[in-house]
Amino acid sequence: MAGLVLLGIIVLLVVWAIASYNRLVGLRNQVLNGWKQIDVQLKRRHDLIPNLVNAVRGSMDFERDTLTAVMDARAKAMGAAGPADAAAKEGQLSQALGRLLAVAENYPTLKSNDNVKMLQEELSATENKVGFARQFYNDIATRFNTAQQVFPTNLFATTFGFKPSELFEISEPSDRDVPVVDLSKR
Amino acid sequence: MNLYDQQSANRRRTWLIVLAFVGFLLLLGAGFDAFYVGAAGGYVPVGSILALGVGSVSALASYFGGDRAVLAAAGAVPVEEVAASATEGDALKLRQLENVVDEMAIAAGLPRPRVYVVPDPDPNAFATGRGPERASIAVTRGLLDALDREELQGVVAHEMSHIKNLDVRVLTLVAALVGAVALLSDWARRGMMWGGGSRRRDDDERRGGFAGIVFFVVWLIAIILAPVLAQALAMMVSRQREYLADASGAELTRNPLGLARALEKIEDAVEPTRAINHGSAHLCIADPLGRKLNIGEGSWSGWFASHPPMAARIAALKAMAFQQ
Repeated sequence: MAGLVLLGIIVLLVVWAIASYNRLVGLRNQVLNGWKQIDVQLKRRHDLIPNLVNAVRGSMDFERDTLTAVMDARAKAMGAAGPADAAAKEGQLSQALGRLLAVAENYPTLKSNDNVKMLQEELSATENKVGFARQFYNDIATRFNTAQQVFPTNLFATTFGFKPSELFEISEPSDRDVPVVDLSKR
Repeated sequence: MNLYDQQSANRRRTWLIVLAFVGFLLLLGAGFDAFYVGAAGGYVPVGSILALGVGSVSALASYFGGDRAVLAAAGAVPVEEVAASATEGDALKLRQLENVVDEMAIAAGLPRPRVYVVPDPDPNAFATGRGPERASIAVTRGLLDALDREELQGVVAHEMSHIKNLDVRVLTLVAALVGAVALLSDWARRGMMWGGGSRRRDDDERRGGFAGIVFFVVWLIAIILAPVLAQALAMMVSRQREYLADASGAELTRNPLGLARALEKIEDAVEPTRAINHGSAHLCIADPLGRKLNIGEGSWSGWFASHPPMAARIAALKAMAFQQ
């Protein structure tokens, strides 16, 4: 009788372990997929930026600094490695872009140009997509991390090689500041 | 309740509704067997088999074709087709719609649903489909014209939540079953008139007993009330889901005020959305019939309102943004 009870407990434990393991694997794949999504959107943004810069270059000749800042930030962001690094560099790129779009508001010829308007829509959409992909990635990564760290899953999660995922967050305090757009120097 | 509880609650609800539907079919068929077919059918329950067969086939057909039927009935055109023949300014607006849908699909972590535009000047929107893998979002031309980007995003997020929470599945199923119930009740009623003469005679000989009469009365009430009850059930399911879709939509955009402003604008345009007929009212973001039913909550008319009162929805969204 005692043997049967013991056997039952062991079977239950094994079933539970398999279920938890599979759950963790499922979550890990979702996290990877979430990261891929951010990557796709970031790449798209990198591709769009030269188009926008070319479209506005003619009208914004004396805003060279703003334009170069965007291209520099883009080059840096393209060479980023890992979530933390990418988050920091993409944050800077977002800032530079935000400044460019804000400055472009002051050029009536640009504001009424359909081509530029379409590009702006594409860029702000991509910006949003990056943001939403990040939001989704962070949500799913947090769930994955929590699933690993709760008792009793934490007892074997590390044994099977599960590692907490890095969140995609703004790491430098300066990035948290609202970008300052100085419209007086024109 | 978090999203996963919502989804499993909806899966449970789906099964319950299907069970109730099968129960109704059996009742209908059994009654038909007992009162009309009687000895002529021998031991084979012809009525039950017929009711189950016809009911299931018609329900399945409208479940699997339901989204196409709803879109066709509303005259919805795929956004790509609309964009192909659009002017410059219009193309921007349509591109914006596509982008906003993409954004919300990413935020919800779902495949991108198909996007349609309904040529109707009244602002409204709806989602339909069987689940995240096969879903469509349609917005009216009036909605595109009236809303700015943020507001449009709020509306699309609301529809995306309906898809993510599996509301579209439940609602498509409910609509399919309501249709099948109405069809079968109608047939049963016709059958009653048509076979009326012979029934009474057979009945007295074969059944006669008190139990038989009670069953007959219950059966009669069931087929008469079924379409009305099914409709009320559909509306109840729909009302419950609206608040939730507002809330989880706001969770996607993290901007409840966008949707609140959109609802205010939709509310202001009171005229009915002509392109969307009664049958798909419960799928829309706002009651397309422009009925005044949706103004008060708890009144008897509230039973058949497809949406909770607009003012209450807007207030709830503003409360989320800590604005009163």
